[in-house]
Amino acid sequence: MTRVRDALAGRRFFITGATGFLGTALVERILRTVPDAEMVLLIRPGRRATPMQRALKEIVKNDCFDRLREEYGDSFESQVVSRISAVAGDVGTDRMGLDDEGLDALSRCDVVVHSAATVSFDSPLDTAVEINLLGPSRVAAAIMAARELAATDGRTGPLHFIPVSTAYVASTHQGEAREELLDANPFSIDVDWRQEVDAARRQRGDTEAESRQPARLEQFLKEARQELGGAGLHLLAERSERIREDWVKKQMVTIGQARAQSLGWPDAYPYTKALGERALIQQYGDELPITIVRPSIIESAWAEPRAGWIRGFRMAEPIIISYARGLLKEFPGVPEGVTDVIPVDLVVAAIIAVAGDALASPEEYAGPSVYHVASGVRNPLRYARLVELVTNWFTEHPLYDADGQPIVVPEWTFPGRGRVQRQLIRATQAMELAERIVGALPIRGKQAEWMAGLEERRQLAERALGYVELYGAYTETDALYRVDRLLALWDRMDAGDQAMFNIDPGSVDWTTYVNEIHLPSIIEHSRVKTTPGKSVKPDRAVRARRNILSPDRHVAAFDLENTLMASNVVDCYAWLASRHLPPAERAAFVAGLVAEGPSLLALDRKDRGDFLRSFYQRYEDAPVAQLHDDGWELFHTLLLTKTFPDGLARLRRHRALGHRTILITGALDFVVEPLRPLFDEIVCAQLGQKDGLYTGRLEKLPPIGEARALILADYAESEGLRLDESIAYADSASDLPMLEAVGFPVAVNPEAKLAAIARRRGWHVEHWAKAAGGAQPRLPLGPFDTRRSRGADRRGVTTTSMAAMAGALRRRAGRPTGEGSEEHR
Amino acid sequence: MSPRPGFVLDVDSSTPPTLFWRGERFSLEKLPEGSRVIYAPEPLEPLKDPVAAIRHALTHPVGDQKPLPDLLFPGMKLTIAFDDISLPLPPMERPDIRQMVIEQVLDMAATAGVDDVELIVALALHRRMTEPELRHAIGDRVYDAFAPNGLLTQHDAEDPDALTHLGLTDQGEDVEINKRAAESDLLVYVNINLVAMDGGHKSVATGLASYKSLLHHHNPATMVASKSFMDQHRSELHSANWRMGRLIKESGVNIFQIETTLNNDTFPEAFSFLQKREWEWKARDRVNYLASAAALNRTPPRVARGIFHNIKAPHRMTSVQAGEVEAVHKITTENVWAQQGVEVEGQTDILTMGLPYISPYNVNSILNPILVACLGLGYFFNLYRGKPLVREGGVLIMTHPTTPDFNPVHHPSYIDFFEQVLTETTDPVVMSEQFEEAFATDPWYRHLYRTGHAYHGVHPFYMWYWCAHALNHLGAVIIVGGDAKTVHRLGFRSATTLTDALEMARDVVGPSPSLTHIHTPPILMADVK
Repeated sequence: MTRVRDALAGRRFFITGATGFLGTALVERILRTVPDAEMVLLIRPGRRATPMQRALKEIVKNDCFDRLREEYGDSFESQVVSRISAVAGDVGTDRMGLDDEGLDALSRCDVVVHSAATVSFDSPLDTAVEINLLGPSRVAAAIMAARELAATDGRTGPLHFIPVSTAYVASTHQGEAREELLDANPFSIDVDWRQEVDAARRQRGDTEAESRQPARLEQFLKEARQELGGAGLHLLAERSERIREDWVKKQMVTIGQARAQSLGWPDAYPYTKALGERALIQQYGDELPITIVRPSIIESAWAEPRAGWIRGFRMAEPIIISYARGLLKEFPGVPEGVTDVIPVDLVVAAIIAVAGDALASPEEYAGPSVYHVASGVRNPLRYARLVELVTNWFTEHPLYDADGQPIVVPEWTFPGRGRVQRQLIRATQAMELAERIVGALPIRGKQAEWMAGLEERRQLAERALGYVELYGAYTETDALYRVDRLLALWDRMDAGDQAMFNIDPGSVDWTTYVNEIHLPSIIEHSRVKTTPGKSVKPDRAVRARRNILSPDRHVAAFDLENTLMASNVVDCYAWLASRHLPPAERAAFVAGLVAEGPSLLALDRKDRGDFLRSFYQRYEDAPVAQLHDDGWELFHTLLLTKTFPDGLARLRRHRALGHRTILITGALDFVVEPLRPLFDEIVCAQLGQKDGLYTGRLEKLPPIGEARALILADYAESEGLRLDESIAYADSASDLPMLEAVGFPVAVNPEAKLAAIARRRGWHVEHWAKAAGGAQPRLPLGPFDTRRSRGADRRGVTTTSMAAMAGALRRRAGRPTGEGSEEHR
Repeated sequence: MSPRPGFVLDVDSSTPPTLFWRGERFSLEKLPEGSRVIYAPEPLEPLKDPVAAIRHALTHPVGDQKPLPDLLFPGMKLTIAFDDISLPLPPMERPDIRQMVIEQVLDMAATAGVDDVELIVALALHRRMTEPELRHAIGDRVYDAFAPNGLLTQHDAEDPDALTHLGLTDQGEDVEINKRAAESDLLVYVNINLVAMDGGHKSVATGLASYKSLLHHHNPATMVASKSFMDQHRSELHSANWRMGRLIKESGVNIFQIETTLNNDTFPEAFSFLQKREWEWKARDRVNYLASAAALNRTPPRVARGIFHNIKAPHRMTSVQAGEVEAVHKITTENVWAQQGVEVEGQTDILTMGLPYISPYNVNSILNPILVACLGLGYFFNLYRGKPLVREGGVLIMTHPTTPDFNPVHHPSYIDFFEQVLTETTDPVVMSEQFEEAFATDPWYRHLYRTGHAYHGVHPFYMWYWCAHALNHLGAVIIVGGDAKTVHRLGFRSATTLTDALEMARDVVGPSPSLTHIHTPPILMADVK
């Protein structure tokens, strides 16, 4: 006889949080084990997909269902669709935001399981309040409405409500916690949940207002500029708004943590969960049969649907991985303390068993009650034992660093939480500082990538720090969660139900669980390096190149400086100007330009447009014909030696594939003219002319920053080509608008900021170098133009204009470069 | 004391180690007893008064040609073409022979009242010369008189407006050459005949030709049939050029050929040990060797390269002859042989050679891997008359660092050839069928060749074809001290030391092989009996 299954067979469940770790396992388990049971899932409405599409995509596609897929074979889809339906709604809004249809669906359900929660430690206070605190009551309110609706049809509506809470609401203090309502718990501080809700909402408003203070906004913009450089107004604005939102969120997290701690909770999660329980029981405890299920820390499955199944990167994983990578030397905890971990399948089974038991014996469940699903009392996993198991396992199965060397896990010393936190804070601060320094250096390419790696490591350490902050309180607690009621339920279950729904924490063998189930599962999910030997070049790059070089692509856009050649406008100017300086004056000229270097660089970094405008003034009064002649010489003797042959080969490959090629550069027309055969279109800077001389002023806005994206978009549109089928190559964060505009952005020898961005966004990165066998002059000096000094040029450029040019360029060199540079002097 | 002839040394236990070039460095290697080392003859005595000799040659032409002054008249169109940067090697100390000859020709032209004179660098598909290089070759006076007025041009094999198609040879080969040269009343060609391959009909038929014309003899089939291309009478390369040259003559192009030979005084005093026989090194030579070898080993290759490319050779002119092409060239060839010929008895199983920093195609540049192959298998291997120095199926061992470095200004298409062609095939025939045309007609390479200082896009293929005869003939090629990946890309084997290389060679040619080392530079020609 199977009492639980019989009670549930053919029943209909309403489930919130089905896309989560616990929810997914619950849906699968009910489908697989409860005959003819149906489910209505609450799914947050998406913009494109219907709730059912989302349910299929986000829940049923999960490997949790692999076992069922195999069992059902071809009929899997139809079975699933016939037994699962989805309604749109959100536990963050009143009555879950159900429409009439949704409410009707709810009214036809027998059991409601509320497993939606925001479990992450860094939830902002107000979010945690809306979801964790108010969520259960909102679901209950919806159930009440559904019951009323059902009553009009002479039906009863939902019979039982099972909100999932957490064991930590009972206590984080020493001592045992019984399975009882919080009102009965002497340690639980009673605060008015309504006041807490109001306060949290008010605080959100205050923080939002604070974030809009001019000083703050200025700071956000500064940070955005630091990160992106001169990427253009639009991107900077977008980024600084994101920084503002992040700041608000962070503030709200801090506020939540402070409030929670002032009331004796480690953080906002158990605090809001506890108040959520209180709010629910106070409002609906008398009207609705409620059974609260409180699991402890839920981890990967012990046996169902298969050993080791886990969804998403759970909280403990980053800690374990950080430790295995040697990043986290220690984790706070009391050696003899108990780490209360419970496999997800036991929690799922407990929910189902409770539901079945409640339906089979409704009289037993008339008033609200509580079940703990925890291992600490029945089958304690001592902290020291866990550490030993983890350490041994990683000693036997080490992770490998990038060089293929095994990482030796550190000896565990069971330090206090404060020490570990300090350690981590120091590490993250050091890395942050290193990152900031490196970010300010004009480095690019491999070094910049290394720096992006630094950022990744910092993020991991930061995350670990967060988990230490969160979990520290839990591993350091000695609270023991009694499971008397759970075990009583287990005893009431007959053999058939017991075989189907294992809820006995005593059945878990921790050695097997840690060694053979949990750690291998984590390792598999975290994509860390588990084999020795240098990592082979990831075939991701090969795939990316294949994509880029597909005949389907339309346009390949290129930046010039440091993308196709290691040169810049200052080099070119120095070469062109020195070409007409008598040898005696060259040293002084170069010295002057070198001295100017830092201020030029600073100006360039601040605003590329200002820099070009002021720098190009130096060409004032220079003869046009002369520079056009010299441009060719410049190209063949200097620029070509600085080109990246791989870059030129790629460019030519694009042409061979029939892609349009376009050069978008802030360099001057007479400098890039020799490159014309490589491009279908060249967009560059042009100086105004008067009487055969340059005015030193740009004719129109130089094609830099956001202008590049617009130019590219205009070009694509006028030629009937698509940007999402196009490629852009650039080296600097100021090219972000162009890179973002295309479907296939490629960072070439990226400087630090772009390297970090490229890594985060998974953009393809190329490292192109100069040909090693070329002449590599230390200084970009033009050979003295003896030819023109000795006779008239056949193209009509006279020696007079040559002298004029030398004079003009020399004069400019000594002059301030414009307002922008003044403040950098 | 008259200069001693070339010499073949039999290595015995008392023989000191032998000098091997390794690009910008060199080393002394102990060769197994019983090996042979071939040394070039010592430098011949130069002409005492080269200017007088030149004037004499111009006024006393050989063959069916009039003295130069008789060919000059007012109102005529005179074109003087001359050899480019690839000759001589290393570039010679000032004054360059070209300057000396051209000044005399111009002097006679001025006397005759000729005012339409143009100078053309006979580049073929080579890179355009730079201003300093031109000034060095023809002197400042000539340069300043012509260049600023556009009267000094560099032949452009890709300029359709500056080429004239003269017809087809009896073998159906296109003859298309520089238009100005073809339409002149007189074309004076000034040669420096460093090796036996240079000069003759090849001067105009190759130096001033278009790609369309060149492809008839610059191809694998021709090169395999040129045994060697240093031996005019057994060289298909020359036969083709002679057919073309005769057609050029029949088309009415009046060529006044001037050919000159040099002695093999290759290195200035500080490096003179490089051209001496090791057992005759004096204390000073030893000190120079030790000092320069030690210094070079500590010098970055780039800097060492700069030092070597600054070397100007103290070559001196040993003969000058002018007149009708074939008659002139016959005398020249004899004079080249007089300086370079060495009689060698029989072939060898293993041929060793040290490759220096320079070849005709990397003056003021780097000897990239393709040029390494060409210098060893194309040039040095072919320095023979009769039979190749190494027997068929034998092994060639060369010492050179062979790094995958290229000059992007001079050799842009080489980079792509190395990355795109050699990764697919090292077979000259396959590459000529599958890849040559794309490179030859590539607009970017053409652009760089025409406006910059780049070799023509097809040039790396020619370099590889130059190796075709050796590749067919040899059992294996081993490079000692080269970058292994690069050496493998070339299709050769890589060894760390000469000893290792000899072990590897034994696997190919069998135990107790015979070994011959060709001690060059200075250049020599082996007359293999």
